[in-house]
Amino acid sequence: MADPLHQFQIKKIVDLPDVTLPGIGSVDVAFTNSHLAMTIGFAVVILFLWVVTSGAKVVPGRLQSVGETLFGMIDNMTGSIIGHDGRKYFPFVFTIFTFILAMNVLGMFLSFTATSQLAITATFALLTFGLVVIVGFVKNGLGFFKLFWPMGAPLLMRPVVGLIEFFSFLLRPITLMLRLFGNMMGGHIALKVFAGFVAAAVVGAAGWFGVLVFPLSLGMTIGLTALEFLVAFLQAFVFAVLTCIYLNDVVNLDHAH
Amino acid sequence: MDPQAAKLIGAGIAMCGMIGAGIGVGNIFGNFVAGALRNPSAAASQVGNLFVGAALAEALGILAFVMGILIWIS
Repeated sequence: MADPLHQFQIKKIVDLPDVTLPGIGSVDVAFTNSHLAMTIGFAVVILFLWVVTSGAKVVPGRLQSVGETLFGMIDNMTGSIIGHDGRKYFPFVFTIFTFILAMNVLGMFLSFTATSQLAITATFALLTFGLVVIVGFVKNGLGFFKLFWPMGAPLLMRPVVGLIEFFSFLLRPITLMLRLFGNMMGGHIALKVFAGFVAAAVVGAAGWFGVLVFPLSLGMTIGLTALEFLVAFLQAFVFAVLTCIYLNDVVNLDHAH
Repeated sequence: MDPQAAKLIGAGIAMCGMIGAGIGVGNIFGNFVAGALRNPSAAASQVGNLFVGAALAEALGILAFVMGILIWIS
């Protein structure tokens, strides 16, 4: 059976000469299939939003209403979670949401899913985490540390709960990164494993037993494909919602705790 | 025991963490449906919370999954 992990391999498409960066050392800057998938995702987002908004009418057509629904959904979300300051953070959340959504959904059509690479999801998670920390310090100064000082808990418990809060805060980028990565990678491995069963049954590797294996595995592959489309959207949505929740923690620090 | 076999068994055992994620996600969706049937008018406003809760529960299972994959390919 084919190796289900083969699809995650990074292959060089255009090899560029190595660059030596100060403090980091030699860096390989080839144009890989991961770059290509991300570039296509970026182009799809830009093209889609351009097509949607170029011929904007008061009464939206089919394509325009898709764009408006996406836009309105994120606008609603930032507004309802962060509050009246939410619109300030809308561009960041919308950018991250559409880009992850494009890469997830394109992963179902192309042979490579950019979001199934740990490095890429880690970058998104660090961007979000960095923004949360920066906004926290800019808006609250050193009052940012109130986030870890639970006012609701009894005084004796506060240092303990605060420590736990602090570590769960530090774990946020890790869970953010692993959730997207694990969901996309796990889904695509499961798809390839069942597709491999179909192929093995068709070439006769399972003998007469293949007559039973083939329809079951094919049905499972079709079902999983549908599920993966749902997961692709859901994970982008969950990433955006969690970004909003984490931003809300620091934006409304004074009146939330 | 053959170290290669022990490694594969360990990767399999690491996946047991997914059991907890399954229970958690099942609990969340089950309770959501139970609550939604009692008060259907409030259900639509809680869909966001539903998915965030499911994602948070799932993330812990994903940790086990990643651990299993890491043991398997290392």
